[in-house]
Amino acid sequence: MLHPVVTLIAQRLALGILLLWAASVLIFVGTQILPGDVAQSILGQSATPTSLANLRQELGLNEPALTRYLSWLGNALQGDLGVALTNKQDIAQAMSKRLGNTLFLAFCAALISVPSAIILGLIAVRYQGRWPDKLISGVTLATVSVPEFLLAYILTFFLAVKLRLLVSLSTIHDSMSLGDKLYAIALPVLVLVLVVLGHMMRMTRAAILNVMQSPYIETAELKGLRPFWIIARHAFPNAIAPVVNVVMLNMAYLIVGVVVVEVVFVYPGMGQYLVDHVSKRDVPVVQACGLVFAAIYIGLNLLADVISILSNPRLRHPK
Amino acid sequence: MSESTDPAALEITGLRIEATAFPPGEKPRNIVLVQDVDLRVEKGKVLGLIGESGAGKSTIGLSAMAYGRGGVRISGGQILLNGRDIGTLGAVGLRGLRGAEVTYVAQSAAAAFNPALRLMDQVIEASLRHRLMTRTEAEARAVTLFGKLGLPNPETIGRRYPHQVSGGQLQRVMTAMALCPKPDLVVFDEPTTALDVTTQIDVLAAIKDAIRDTGVAALYITHDLAVVAQVSDDIMVLRGGKMVEYGTTQQIITAPKQDYTRALVSVRSIEHAEKPPADQPVLRVEGITARYPGVPLDVLKNITVSLSGGQTLAIVGESGSGKSTLARAITGLLPPLKGRMVFKDRALPARLADRDQEDLREIQMIYQMADVAMNPRQTVGTIVGRPLSLYFGMEGAQKQARILELLDAIEMGAGFIDRYPAELSGGQKQRVCIARALAAKPSLIICDEVTSALDPLVADGILRLLLDLQALEGVAYLFITHDIATVRAIADSIAVMHRGQVVRYGPKSQVLNPPFDDYTDLLLSSVPEMQTGWLESVRSARRIESAGN
Amino acid sequence: MSRIPLSALIGLFFTGLYFMGAIFAPWLAPYGMAEIVGDTWEPWSAKHLLGTDTIGRDLLSRMIWGGQTTIFVATAATALSFITGSILGFTAAVSGGWIDQALSRFVDLIMSIPALIFALVVLSVMPVTLPILILVMGLLDATRVFRLSRAVAVDINVMDYVEAARLRGEGTAWIIFREILPNALSPLVAEMGLRFIFMVLFISTLSFLGLGVQPPLADWGGIVKENREGIIYGIPAALVPAFAIATLAISVNLVADWVLNRTSSLKGGRNV
Repeated sequence: MLHPVVTLIAQRLALGILLLWAASVLIFVGTQILPGDVAQSILGQSATPTSLANLRQELGLNEPALTRYLSWLGNALQGDLGVALTNKQDIAQAMSKRLGNTLFLAFCAALISVPSAIILGLIAVRYQGRWPDKLISGVTLATVSVPEFLLAYILTFFLAVKLRLLVSLSTIHDSMSLGDKLYAIALPVLVLVLVVLGHMMRMTRAAILNVMQSPYIETAELKGLRPFWIIARHAFPNAIAPVVNVVMLNMAYLIVGVVVVEVVFVYPGMGQYLVDHVSKRDVPVVQACGLVFAAIYIGLNLLADVISILSNPRLRHPK
Repeated sequence: MSESTDPAALEITGLRIEATAFPPGEKPRNIVLVQDVDLRVEKGKVLGLIGESGAGKSTIGLSAMAYGRGGVRISGGQILLNGRDIGTLGAVGLRGLRGAEVTYVAQSAAAAFNPALRLMDQVIEASLRHRLMTRTEAEARAVTLFGKLGLPNPETIGRRYPHQVSGGQLQRVMTAMALCPKPDLVVFDEPTTALDVTTQIDVLAAIKDAIRDTGVAALYITHDLAVVAQVSDDIMVLRGGKMVEYGTTQQIITAPKQDYTRALVSVRSIEHAEKPPADQPVLRVEGITARYPGVPLDVLKNITVSLSGGQTLAIVGESGSGKSTLARAITGLLPPLKGRMVFKDRALPARLADRDQEDLREIQMIYQMADVAMNPRQTVGTIVGRPLSLYFGMEGAQKQARILELLDAIEMGAGFIDRYPAELSGGQKQRVCIARALAAKPSLIICDEVTSALDPLVADGILRLLLDLQALEGVAYLFITHDIATVRAIADSIAVMHRGQVVRYGPKSQVLNPPFDDYTDLLLSSVPEMQTGWLESVRSARRIESAGN
Repeated sequence: MSRIPLSALIGLFFTGLYFMGAIFAPWLAPYGMAEIVGDTWEPWSAKHLLGTDTIGRDLLSRMIWGGQTTIFVATAATALSFITGSILGFTAAVSGGWIDQALSRFVDLIMSIPALIFALVVLSVMPVTLPILILVMGLLDATRVFRLSRAVAVDINVMDYVEAARLRGEGTAWIIFREILPNALSPLVAEMGLRFIFMVLFISTLSFLGLGVQPPLADWGGIVKENREGIIYGIPAALVPAFAIATLAISVNLVADWVLNRTSSLKGGRNV
């Protein structure tokens, strides 16, 4: 018989794939729910009947919706996301470089925000109710109350324009050295870090506090153990699952933040690509981007699930 | 309590403990939890601390380790451990003390063990971290203690995780954990309260033997005087953070000096003569079998009982015996798979949705937790008045007068009519629930553990009230409880349940007297009695019995 | 009446101020919404308290008119999200069974795609008008309200007092409106504050991306978009809406916190 953890993880993976499939249906349906049709809305009211017919032909709108969905999904599974309406470029090709850029940006932001959030969370727990806790909570409350793009302009105004420390446009290309690239994306990374840090730190704080209030922590204290040993040996193994959940949730949040921040700093990534093509009503690109974002989001949640399963002693060592 | 020149294991004088309360929307204020407490535990002796919840007994127990939960602080007095004043020790000094010289056994071992670590690692952790012994020595000692405490497979049980052993076993492992570093004093904080009565007796005996064998001194904290009488040399009775009486165990239980102690010793002194069964039962339960949806297990197996009008049928059993499920089946919340119920010679529809208003009015229910049985957003008047409007269409002055009558019946005044549940004490809440049930003028009230969440003296008052009301209104009670003393006090007939079945059923005098079946014998003999030496006599009787088999 | 803490008073004051500003915008705004009254990006002066914008419109007037749009859209979307979400949530909790399963799984699915991404996908084919924006934002956000109200109602539904009401023979309406709702109200009201803030941020973000409120109508996100170029020249016009959004969000947060704390100390809903 298989170990229950293996079965459980297999179940979660299957569920994740099912969810992704359902999300693809939802994205497809989401672009079909117009009273008229996509061609009409793309070309607007002034479209001639000929151009409408041409576009319908091109989009395959004359086929039934189910056939279109199946061929779209079939092609997407083989890595073919179709061509953009506006410039006839291959979407998968155009996207791959931008996806790389976006992941680079998100990775840099995660690299800074995750450790800082956990450390700040621990400090807030250690000094719970005292001034370091209150200061951290107050500052993070302010950062989560401001939308990303405003935070971006506030930082640009002071750091790039007034103090001239950083650059306000984050154009990067392949010929740049890593150092140049990092300098170029310093501002967007800072914005993403600040936006995510607040949420992540508050949730980490709550998760660790929850563990620290467990009776087994009192047991450890009554054994006369050192505070550091209590945290490392008794709190940490039980805090992994909740903290990982918090981190993954915020990584998903980061993915959304990326969309806005890329637009502000004119960064050649997925977010800018998506927003550009939404305004141009380039449906195939929007569908492809939506699918990729959904896949990343679902993937991160799945990863969080698997890690919490693996860190749960009840599941690892069944009765 | 003899004075000796040797320093005592623990000596506390003039103890005062305070905490800061943060009532929502108000300014924080100081509250005194414990004051003017003096006690002394000689080496190798056991002192029992007894009192109701809120008496401050756990707080005193933890003060022996200079530990206060969430903002609780020791604000006065002296605590001497082996003659050393621990109040003057700093954080480092206290760490050296805790887990080495004095250790702790918590009420709920299930919560007190770290779920992520193996039992052995947790049991020997204090001994290793305080460098009291090597890992090999500590593990050998742990295995010896496991054996002494009667745990199965003492050699290998340490490799298990907390969730892999039962509650009773976990409590013994916790005791082993406390004894492992060879401390001078162990604080036992209600170590058997969370256990069923038949499990409690074995754990209690194991703890007692381990204390005797290791010669450790102990503070034994509990709310159950009969339990503490079995293990302690001296007893201190506490109430509201103050000492009521302090003496030897023998003196406290045979010759209590204070009224409060006398009341504790004589709890359930209610005399209730058994009534003969009437010809016309109010409720007949015939061959009921039931399961919870989605669980392929019969929680009730072929239950048949009947209840005479104006009488009390007690359903007794431990947790998991199915006694509360029986109540759910009778109320229609869990329709049985097989069997039927007859109420006053009419078949009672199995499903709640199929019952008419008259059926619903006739059967009322009172719950264990009165706090959650009343809508916190309704006043006492609304709560008691609702059945009046619903069943009898009463409104206005007539309804008001009836509400006052009902409040009078539960010995509460008209002043309570506009109060909210949160403004009442535990006993008052339960009385309001009784009034709500009575308002429907039912023939049967199902009482589900109605006194188990209450302090003994308050519970006594509720039981007396229920008996008085029965005499007055002629209502029948189906009384579900795990407490044999309560059953003795109020039942006319008794059904003993075990693993979903009724194992013994009949008039009280018959059920509670021999010859017994095995389970009832075990259950009845496991209930601690208010006398020293009871534990030994029961165990030797059981040993003889098992030797004879 | 218990004492209202200072933080909540400040929150109430500013929240009230913004809502008054939105309601009385036509009387408060010194100039018209699209009226060009000066040069590009004039500095703060007595004539133009907050200066002028990218094409010489009075910024204070734009802010007041913009606040009206932002607050109106956010309020309408919050109302839609609450009505849909809580009705469906309570229904799922009280009925249970397949209704609960179907609704809950569908909500799980919607929530598996980030709300902003899903909104962008839908808006790529929809005409971007105020009713469509309110509909898309409100319905997407209803999933969160659904989860909360279902969770709250499920918790209350298993309380003994609800069981007692069922055993007494009370109907579904009594159980929902007399037993569950009064006890679910406080977390829901507090959540309403948070959802409102989220809506303000959501509509501002969409407008900033050019996919929300369309010109010539003003809203705070749009004002940032129009004046973003100024930032590089050190002109802070785009930061004014930032300040407005942040202060509104924080004040509503303070009020929501107070509501939650006040009502979680159950004293029967009265202020003792």
